[in-house]
Amino acid sequence: MDNLNQSLSEKAAEARDRLDAHVREVVQWHFSPETGAPFWLEFAETLDFDPREKIGNYDDLKLLGHFQDEWLRGGPVRQWVPKGYADRPVYVFETGGSTGVPKTRISIRDFQIDYEMFSETLPDENFPRGSDWLMLGPSGPRRLRLAVEYLAQHRGGICFLVDLDPRWVNKLIQYGKHQELDLYKNHVIDQALNILRAHDNIRCLFTTPKLLEALSEKISLPKAGIKGIFCGGTEMDAQFHRFAREELVPGVEFMPTYGNTLMGLACCKPFDPADNYAIIYYPPQPRAVIELVNPDNPEETVDYGETGRVMLTTLTHEFFMPRFLERDEAERAQPIEQYPWDGVQNLRLLSELQESVVVGVY
Amino acid sequence: MIHIPILRTGLSYRSLNLSHVSHIQTGEPLAVVSQANRGLIAKDLYQAKENKQTLEDLSVSELLAICKKAANLFMESELPLDDTLQSPDDYIQQVSGTTGLPQSLCLKNMGKIRLVLDEMEAVLDGLTRGLDLSIMDSGWGAQNERPLSYVPQTDTLGAVLPSNSPGVHSLWLPAIPLKTPLVLKPGSEEPWTSFRIAQALIEAGCPPEAFGFYPTDYSGAAEILLQCGRSLLFGGGSTVAPWQANPNVQIHGPGRSKVIIADDKISRWEEYLDLTVSSIAENGGRSCINASGVWVTSHGREIAEALAQRLADITPKPLDDPDAEIAAFTNPKVAEGISGLIDNQLKVPGATDLTAKHRDGERVVEEAGCTFLSPSVIWCADPEHPLANTEFLFPFVSVVEVPQDEILDRIGPSLVVTAITEDETFIHNLLGSPEVERLNIGPISTNQISWDQPHEGNLFDFLYQQRALQVSRG
Repeated sequence: MDNLNQSLSEKAAEARDRLDAHVREVVQWHFSPETGAPFWLEFAETLDFDPREKIGNYDDLKLLGHFQDEWLRGGPVRQWVPKGYADRPVYVFETGGSTGVPKTRISIRDFQIDYEMFSETLPDENFPRGSDWLMLGPSGPRRLRLAVEYLAQHRGGICFLVDLDPRWVNKLIQYGKHQELDLYKNHVIDQALNILRAHDNIRCLFTTPKLLEALSEKISLPKAGIKGIFCGGTEMDAQFHRFAREELVPGVEFMPTYGNTLMGLACCKPFDPADNYAIIYYPPQPRAVIELVNPDNPEETVDYGETGRVMLTTLTHEFFMPRFLERDEAERAQPIEQYPWDGVQNLRLLSELQESVVVGVY
Repeated sequence: MIHIPILRTGLSYRSLNLSHVSHIQTGEPLAVVSQANRGLIAKDLYQAKENKQTLEDLSVSELLAICKKAANLFMESELPLDDTLQSPDDYIQQVSGTTGLPQSLCLKNMGKIRLVLDEMEAVLDGLTRGLDLSIMDSGWGAQNERPLSYVPQTDTLGAVLPSNSPGVHSLWLPAIPLKTPLVLKPGSEEPWTSFRIAQALIEAGCPPEAFGFYPTDYSGAAEILLQCGRSLLFGGGSTVAPWQANPNVQIHGPGRSKVIIADDKISRWEEYLDLTVSSIAENGGRSCINASGVWVTSHGREIAEALAQRLADITPKPLDDPDAEIAAFTNPKVAEGISGLIDNQLKVPGATDLTAKHRDGERVVEEAGCTFLSPSVIWCADPEHPLANTEFLFPFVSVVEVPQDEILDRIGPSLVVTAITEDETFIHNLLGSPEVERLNIGPISTNQISWDQPHEGNLFDFLYQQRALQVSRG
């Protein structure tokens, strides 16, 4: 046990060193006149220090304050494209849009890199290489739509797609149009059923918790040949996790994930009955770091097991977003061998927002 | 800590998603309540036909006997509450503790539920207008030598329930002898009553498959309303509004019940003061059948002054005081919000709070660690005033004076109208008014219920439809 702890401590220390080195590299890139994004170069002019000189590790990012939500709402979106990538084709992805003008994030290859890394965590027996996928989740300007398709291709498969507009779903809920919502859900599910029945080689599914429930009410996914389900897109709790494993899709590999446009994709701790279905996510460090902070004092990290507000830092060469206070909260989880850095447990909307924002509806 | 489980076909299920219900006085959690996820409810509803069959296998008379037995069990016995037992006293303290209803009123409401279970045969007689109930067993029969058959409209009755008063649960009880399983979503502050009723009926011999009990959130409630062939929905205006046009959902929204004193009786208004006070304030003034309007043809101001004086005598008392008459608010901010809303609307000319001068202090009262709203009587000189036709969750009434021939055009939808009159023309007009759901002609309190009359829709008509039937032998 001591050896195990020692090994984990060593791994955690190595991970921290890697993170600090990565921070230096990314800060160097984004604040260099040759490679940096116009936004950060302009931002640097407002500082009385050069971030490339002062920021030597992750903790030093405090010097930059907190990334502000409104910076990503509206244009010009090209201010975020690093000069070093000026000649590359650029994608733009949007966040949910449940709170006004959606935030936009540019991407060049980040979503592919994130999903290549995620692919490494998928067991081949449940997500067979060469098999096809069904992507039953939010489409349109969201990165998930392209990311899941890329994941399928990366693993040698083809991805079948169904359109889903979550903003329309949000509006139907806000208007109290329950019957219309039910019709729309059925419309989406009918298309998924048609695809599943017509294409024998689909073995893998991406979907959201609510659509998984709705789909499972119409078809036995194990009998339809589905072997692995990658589930995400909205928040999910331990009860849903248990219900999925015990009743919805018993015997199918169920992989909860937490992804968002700004961070990338956080993997779930491998299933362990001892966790009582708690969902514990680990961010893709060093490309992104999640810190749980005191909501009243974001400079203070909460203790393990304590609840804190999610503070997200994204650190890629395409996108730099230091210390952004998300509208989510969670409990801080200990590092594990596979992910020797902090995780987050029971991720959910901030308590103070729970009555004012419609989320997790698709 | 007491745990209130989900019931899936009557069997307890502990969710990993738990919510707390706390004692409003101490803030201490009284119980944890398992929360059902939407998909779990949807999955269970796929067994609705099989569940219904368990009730079909029993005769109506057997089910009536079960109700009678359950009446006493509910009132007098210890009943299972997950892995513990709940005595009647426990139940009263728990309901009072989480809803703010005084214990004395909880006991009275308990008595209402017992009465309906005990008198279920009379209740069904009223709902079916004297139908030979064996027709429900055989599927068809004859009445006045004509073939008669009824077809069930659903395999299950959903009920999205309120927290305001336990007596309201008596409305869905006839579903069991009408052979319709229940899918119950309790109010978040009052999971106790529907659970205890289910346990009493199961203990009395009702098939457990007849009960789904799903504390859940907004999406779970919507699932019940969408997937059950018939449902009852209790709630405020904004909750019920999206479902108004759905014929499968019977709405139990704001009552806006009224006492009307017509020209022929208005000179004797003092004789009806007791009745009016009890219509306003009985059961803590919390029910949709409590009067929130007194509409008169003259003497309006005098009547309002007299009501104000009488209602000001009703003061907040501790929840365990046997003389307590009004309920505390579970959330003090709601009480403050309501009081603020009333004060804001009083700034609109044409209305006066007449209780203000009779009570000591403000409308919002802190007493024994709880927050109350003191009874309020508003004299509305202007019948168009925003407070003239509204209701709140405490003894609140607006007194409005209008000519008799304008009353029915102005009162709007009213769950109960007690019309104090013997004027045949006015009575005829009342009988023809689509705005009046329940009509009491004469001095009958708005909250006096005759169990052989339907209340807010007829549950039998909601669950069954008469089918054309012709039979030729040979």
